[in-house]
Amino acid sequence: MSAADSSRAPDPAPAAIGKLVGARIRRVEDRRLLTGRGSYTDDYRSGIPLYAAFFRSQDAHARIVSIDVSAARAMPGIVAVVTGAELARVAKPMRARSTMPGYRSTSQPALAIEKVRFVGEAMAVVVATSRYLAEDALEKIAVELEPLAALFDLEAAAKTEAPRLHDEAGGNVLVSREFARGEITPGLDRAAPAAAALTIRERFRFQRHAAVCIEPRSYVAEYNSGTGELVLHSATQCPGVVRTALAETLDMPEHQVRVIATDVGGGFGAKSSVYPEEVTVAALARMLERPVKWTSDRREDLMTTSQAWDEVIDAELALDADGTILQLKADVIADIGAYSVYPWTLVIEPVQTVSFMPGPYRVSNYWARALAVATCKAPTGPYRGVGRPVSTFVMEGLIDRAARKLGIDPAELRMRNFVRPDQFPYKTATGIVWDQAPFEELMLTACARLGYDELRAEQQLVRATGRYLGIGFAAYCELTGIGSATPAAPGMLVPSGTEAATVRVDPSGTVTAIFGVASHGQGLETTLGQVVADELEIPLAAVKVAYGDTASAPYGTGSYASRGAVMGGGAGILAARAVREKADLIAAHLLESDPRAGKIAEGENRGGRRISLREIAQAAYSGTKRLPKGMEPGLEATRFYDPYYGTASAAVHALALEIDPETYAIRILRYVAAEDCGRVINPLVVDGQIFGGVVQGLGAALLEQVVYDDQGQLVTGSLMDYIVPSAADVPTIIAEHLENLSPTSLGGFRGVGESGTIGAPAAVANAIADALAPLGVVPNEIPITPDWLFRAINKCRPEPG
Amino acid sequence: MAEPRKVRFKINGAIREGTAEPRKLLVDFIRDDLGLTGTHIGCEHGICGACTILFNGEAARSCLMLAVQAEGADLTTVEGLAAADGKLHPLQEAFWEHHALQCGFCTPGMLMAAYDLLQINPTPSEEDIRTGLSAVLCRCTGYQGIVEAVKAAAERMRSTS
Repeated sequence: MSAADSSRAPDPAPAAIGKLVGARIRRVEDRRLLTGRGSYTDDYRSGIPLYAAFFRSQDAHARIVSIDVSAARAMPGIVAVVTGAELARVAKPMRARSTMPGYRSTSQPALAIEKVRFVGEAMAVVVATSRYLAEDALEKIAVELEPLAALFDLEAAAKTEAPRLHDEAGGNVLVSREFARGEITPGLDRAAPAAAALTIRERFRFQRHAAVCIEPRSYVAEYNSGTGELVLHSATQCPGVVRTALAETLDMPEHQVRVIATDVGGGFGAKSSVYPEEVTVAALARMLERPVKWTSDRREDLMTTSQAWDEVIDAELALDADGTILQLKADVIADIGAYSVYPWTLVIEPVQTVSFMPGPYRVSNYWARALAVATCKAPTGPYRGVGRPVSTFVMEGLIDRAARKLGIDPAELRMRNFVRPDQFPYKTATGIVWDQAPFEELMLTACARLGYDELRAEQQLVRATGRYLGIGFAAYCELTGIGSATPAAPGMLVPSGTEAATVRVDPSGTVTAIFGVASHGQGLETTLGQVVADELEIPLAAVKVAYGDTASAPYGTGSYASRGAVMGGGAGILAARAVREKADLIAAHLLESDPRAGKIAEGENRGGRRISLREIAQAAYSGTKRLPKGMEPGLEATRFYDPYYGTASAAVHALALEIDPETYAIRILRYVAAEDCGRVINPLVVDGQIFGGVVQGLGAALLEQVVYDDQGQLVTGSLMDYIVPSAADVPTIIAEHLENLSPTSLGGFRGVGESGTIGAPAAVANAIADALAPLGVVPNEIPITPDWLFRAINKCRPEPG
Repeated sequence: MAEPRKVRFKINGAIREGTAEPRKLLVDFIRDDLGLTGTHIGCEHGICGACTILFNGEAARSCLMLAVQAEGADLTTVEGLAAADGKLHPLQEAFWEHHALQCGFCTPGMLMAAYDLLQINPTPSEEDIRTGLSAVLCRCTGYQGIVEAVKAAAERMRSTS
């Protein structure tokens, strides 16, 4: 099957008015991005800016005995050099709060004051007239550090006698949660349930990863000493979150803080947190009353931008002789690095791993424990999939091991255990409600598109010749567009459960739709425009979608957790609908007809008269004289949307690969992602999210790992060492879409942005295990590097000769 | 600190000049001194390719070059791809049609690398395209739309040449 089927060009005929949702429309934001006219934060030209450079620790854990910046201050072009103690006078430390029982918070000053806790942590900042001069001065800063015993292994760090990173926390275990549901004995390695024919027990390891957005983090802060307003241009996914956080850390009234995210070059979760550099740059602008700019270089990015995953999971799955799941147990330890990421908290990763572990299956009996442990590494934070890539890797790995042991086909074993269509809404063992998801249909679709039966037959043939051909599956379900009933992190600084939109019609009839969600590549400028334009029954070109500026957007937190379409779309529908209803009443009034028959009709003839949105708007803004009795002038609406629970989004990934027995190179023969993201707004955009997410997942599975040595030095400190997939490394992905409208979200939309990374590592691991089944090699670790394969295969190979 | 030097070269068809310290990176000069912010910086160590420009007609990583190296040279950046009247280059049109960009940050580098690829090989196979573009990293698209776009652009450029 050629790639053309998966990414065919858009239809040349423009989509009909009122039928934009569902149409394959090319994006409105692309023209500026294609011609070098994008506005990324580093492109922003303020007044004469100053440039910041950060002085960073080369020790993983040390007490700062003294820091001498006097020589640096004397360097040419230097305007200021600020230490942690000095910055603390104008900026409070970041402290990520949670109401989760047993959570111990950590204090993270923007510049370290008493001690440093990971290599790369900033201790001072230089501000100069050029970035080059600022970096020159870094070399003149003298610091005396007293090394402390450092920790890089999460199991060692979890021990009570381990050296403490945070004295106030009383230990390195910063949260410990235990959960049990149904008839189950807590803890692993206990007696199996009576009906169990098989118990699978395995230790899984999901190593540390980095987001590697091609645009590094970038901030430009300006302070108006006349008005007292601070404006921060930030490469962030979450302008609303940054604004609230800055108001808190800088002790400023929130209405004096404005955050603007213009074009953002990728986020994937790593740009959803608030960073020490962000707080520092803002504080400096206010302190110096000059614009201050900082853009990370790639080395800094790999050292300090939030990292991902890094968990050890001991898990157990008990099944009966038919392969029906009886119980699931999981003991999760997450290495969250040196600080609790702000403001999401370290809780989100391990707790989501535990919450989503049962996957799309009927699991009534479940026990789990989640521990988050601090070590001397960069803090981990949200990254595409949060917890779910790990939980899927574990559960799908357990299922496949069970299938092999029981002699049941892995697709069949999944089908036997899926939540059935007649069981929705289905409440999982962890309390999550799947409103509706077509697991069985997704599996059948994936198998058909993969050519599963033919591949199994081929596998039999090639195995006889010593080739390693394998087929792997991953089935999962995630909760997207979560509302206020399902907080991203309980008790977090900012609430994540709502989003808002303002739809405004100008007197000339042009429409602006302003959102709190912000785009960082997912095409919201186009897709939200399609939604609003359809509600108003006007062309797409008549709607301008604006986002990213807290001064104009109604309060919203931003784009993360696969919520843009569900929540931005939902809020857009509500606001547009309100405008539409008012416009219809005005139209009917102007046409002196029955209000119930009123309708905006762009160019439509009604009783010999046409009425356009422009005419309606003119009437709306000209005052009560031209309006129905009692109607307020104006034509705009702001609406907030809370989906309350959120909506399920599911997929089955299936792939076939071959492993070269000499080089251990992996060649993916075919990769199918069958998914259901509800009503599709723009197939181009959905395809792009699947392809891009799967490729990130393939990178995670095969190529990428953040490595620290035993001194806490970041070994993977450049893109030479942290390998991100290139075009030559990845196959064409086949995406199959089911379109079951969400029964709970306003537009019928479900989120899809994270799905690729959730399924790919698990599917790849299962395919490799299947390929190497004759040798009995079963990967329990991600990434599965050639080195890992070499060791594993050679342990199992018979001796030559 | 070495003395700033005068630098003068052609870029996107126009002669531009300025002064730069010898250590100033070419990409910084293009972005900051010339105000052409279409060329992006992704790594500063020559791996990601976001900074790719054409230098005397060949693809080059401007983060690994110094401004003073451009003296007397002929450069093209993404701002110079479209025609003077704004008509997009077939590559830009194809990228647009085939959703070959999402966040857009790698896009200028990807376009210039694709332009160079098609100069060298006007009839690339899919494998040629994937290998030829392996020098520019994209984290968003998974490369699929990009490969389709380059195929489509190559076909269109062949049929109109």
